Amino acid sequence: MAKEKYPHLDYQQRQMSRRDLIKKGVGIAAASAAASYLAFAPEHFPLSLKDDSGLRSLPTPDIFRLPDFRVAKEKSKFDLGLGRSGSVAVKLKKALDAVGGIEHYVKPGDIVLIKPNVAFDRSPNLGATSNPEIIKELIQLILVDCRAAEVRVADNPIESPADCFAKSGIRLAAEQAGGRVYLPDSNAFEILSTPGAVLIEQWPFFKRPFRDVNKVIGIAPVKDHNLCQASLGIKNWYGLLGGRRNQFHQDIHEIISDLSVMIQPTLTILDGTHILMENGPTGGDPSNVKNGDAVLVGVDPVAMDAWAFEHLLERTGELPEYLYKAEAKGSGKIDYRGRLKEVV
Amino acid sequence: MTEPLDSSKTEGLRKLLRLTNVRIVFQIIFFGLFVLSVWASWTSRIGGYPVSRFLEIDPLVSISTALSTGYIYRYLGWSLAIIVVTFLFGRVFCNWICPFGTLHQFVGWLFNIHPATKRIEQNQYHHLQYLKYGILVIFLMMAALGALQIGLLDPIVLMYRGFTVFVAPAADMLIDSATSFSSKAGMEPAFAASLKFAPGTASRVFVGSFWVGAFFLALIILNLWKPRFFCRFLCPLGALLGVISRYSLFRINRNVNRCTDCNLCLTRCEGASDPQGKVRVSECFSCMNCLDDCPEDALQFTMLGLDQNQVVSKPDLSRRRLLFAGLSGLFMFPLMRNNGRATDENFSPDMIRPPGSVAELEFLEKCIKCDQCINVCPTNVLQPATFKEGGFEGLWTPVMNFNIRHCQLKCALCSEVCPTGAIRKISVAEKLGKGEYGEQGPVRLGTAFINASRCLPWANQIPCVVCEEVCPVSPKAIQTIDEEVKDVYGNMVVLNKPFIVPDLCIGCGICQSECPVQDQPAVYVTAVGESRSQHRKLLLKFRTSEQV
Repeated sequence: MAKEKYPHLDYQQRQMSRRDLIKKGVGIAAASAAASYLAFAPEHFPLSLKDDSGLRSLPTPDIFRLPDFRVAKEKSKFDLGLGRSGSVAVKLKKALDAVGGIEHYVKPGDIVLIKPNVAFDRSPNLGATSNPEIIKELIQLILVDCRAAEVRVADNPIESPADCFAKSGIRLAAEQAGGRVYLPDSNAFEILSTPGAVLIEQWPFFKRPFRDVNKVIGIAPVKDHNLCQASLGIKNWYGLLGGRRNQFHQDIHEIISDLSVMIQPTLTILDGTHILMENGPTGGDPSNVKNGDAVLVGVDPVAMDAWAFEHLLERTGELPEYLYKAEAKGSGKIDYRGRLKEVV
Repeated sequence: MTEPLDSSKTEGLRKLLRLTNVRIVFQIIFFGLFVLSVWASWTSRIGGYPVSRFLEIDPLVSISTALSTGYIYRYLGWSLAIIVVTFLFGRVFCNWICPFGTLHQFVGWLFNIHPATKRIEQNQYHHLQYLKYGILVIFLMMAALGALQIGLLDPIVLMYRGFTVFVAPAADMLIDSATSFSSKAGMEPAFAASLKFAPGTASRVFVGSFWVGAFFLALIILNLWKPRFFCRFLCPLGALLGVISRYSLFRINRNVNRCTDCNLCLTRCEGASDPQGKVRVSECFSCMNCLDDCPEDALQFTMLGLDQNQVVSKPDLSRRRLLFAGLSGLFMFPLMRNNGRATDENFSPDMIRPPGSVAELEFLEKCIKCDQCINVCPTNVLQPATFKEGGFEGLWTPVMNFNIRHCQLKCALCSEVCPTGAIRKISVAEKLGKGEYGEQGPVRLGTAFINASRCLPWANQIPCVVCEEVCPVSPKAIQTIDEEVKDVYGNMVVLNKPFIVPDLCIGCGICQSECPVQDQPAVYVTAVGESRSQHRKLLLKFRTSEQV
């Protein structure tokens, strides 16, 4: 009867043992002690999470340096080579031979980065972007004649990267010749340290394509520029910067001369076949473009820009201020007299 | 089984090829095609692929735009295919094709775990399932008056919008963080990055993405309470197909003599369509689960020998509710229009539509808020509108936000993918006013203005002329007044003070997006002067060189 009224009378408890209680107590104490260590141990103790100033928890960016990509030139060769007449391929070959031939600069097994100017979503005939023919020709030379391991083509355009590379014809040219195009995304940038630069001592840089690269060649169009008079070989490196680049127009000559310090390319190539004479740097109308007959290759970007300013853009008068600043920063010499060989 | 000759081998094959398994294959294929169509919409992949085809076969899109405009745009006639299929097999679209339906079913299958008795209860017909017919009537009534709002709840539109604004950016963000780890471990990051929905560009942002995403998620979470909640209670496309499917040739038929009233057919009934009693054809998704679950083989999907006593063919919407829904639609139309945003009395300066858009009133008759244009935009300038630009009526329609990016000159992708012609298909030549379009001139999205109190050369004696540099038209629509002044520190500086030539400005907004005064740019574009509207003009005439 009693069982029916109190059905739980025969219930057996399972009491916690003393041992279990002690274990539990020790566990709680150990966990609290460990947590207290993490929270209160001074910053220099191992494993301490203490952040007295609030600065420890801030991110520390990875900062890297670029190597010098230059190759010593043979004494008998010229600093600047100018190829005239014939197809683009012939002009390029002539100009390269004047500075010692491409085989002298790119060795078998090299990984080469080519930096064209792909800033805008424009077709090649408008002169706002690099000439795809030269890019195609150069990649073939590098892969076939020099037996380089890999050629990469990279730029950080102002407009949609995929569209700029497609409509400028540069993606097609690069891929047909066996090169590989790198487009920038938000993850592709790291902070580059450039000692000696005034404005970009530390600045986000399009790092991804530079992994294991040992030779760098810039291919730039020759363009009028509304603010700095001319956008030439040195200004082309602007396209590797990330971040809020539009501040640079407040001191455009300083930034362009900084670019000459930021990177020492193996070679620079200036396209004198489609010259944007006015309404630069965007152009937009075929009437802004003059068709020339020259390809300029060189190892001194400052001298190249000075020569191109006077002879390709056909400007008289004072050179752009950034060239004097670049010279003062030791990036090259403006005076090109006697250093240029013209091959017709 | 009845056939004694069946060996166990053919029995196995029959089991493998049963309708529910075929259905799952269909669902996987169509869901895959849907995701592929979103992925392939990126500028470097799109080629000529028909990435909006799911929207173009959606009968609700074609019928409602036919109501609002009187015409059937471009490929929308293809929705007849779905209508014909529905006349034959009932709402197979809902459970064999619709990617949103597949998503709901999958979530319910994976997370809504209950014992069979509870599931039988969950899958009984609910009297509120008539709501979706009311929603359909309200939307169609508003469409007929000229305000197209089906996109708020159309499942295909919800999928495209949800993927564009919420799922794709989330996936890209995950790939980004995964690659930043793997590249630290020395792996090549370029490959994984190339798989992103939007590769090779800065990470995309979407204004108001929280509410688009939250709405999308909420509809999915409701599956945990009632399986296929959205499909059963809310989906206006399902309602439309339900109206059609009452006439369908094939349907589920119950052999009452065999049925033991065990209710097991309800364990996995997707549509809650009462197969255990008088089957509600308008609710049935033709998912075929009940055929598998019936232990007595009392259920068949057939067109022969249908028992006309065991069916409810009409949707469960009484005439008074129909009338009520119609009146609601009638009154909601002025409710949305009264703010003057759509008409020209009170248009928002920020209501800058993509190139090729028709004038605002016609735009609102056509835009279904699928956000395909936003998905395909290579620069990220296109954004789903918030209440700010167009009020409730314009919610999630595309607007340009030039603080984010600009409209790229030689691009008309948004007009290419628009399924309804809210953005009419135009060529780049038409956009730029080149060639045969020289007479009508370029498409103007708006007009740029200078805020001289924030402009560095105008207000602060600091050189800067980014806006002029990037202006893409030739001759440039931004020109400068050049002055040499002594600044506050005594240095001589040349200031190129910019001014706008509105005759040349096409409103592409690159000046605004590149202006270094980032948060509230010193050069900015507003909608006035847009070429799609005669009433929003700015200039009486465009000056030419003889007059200047």
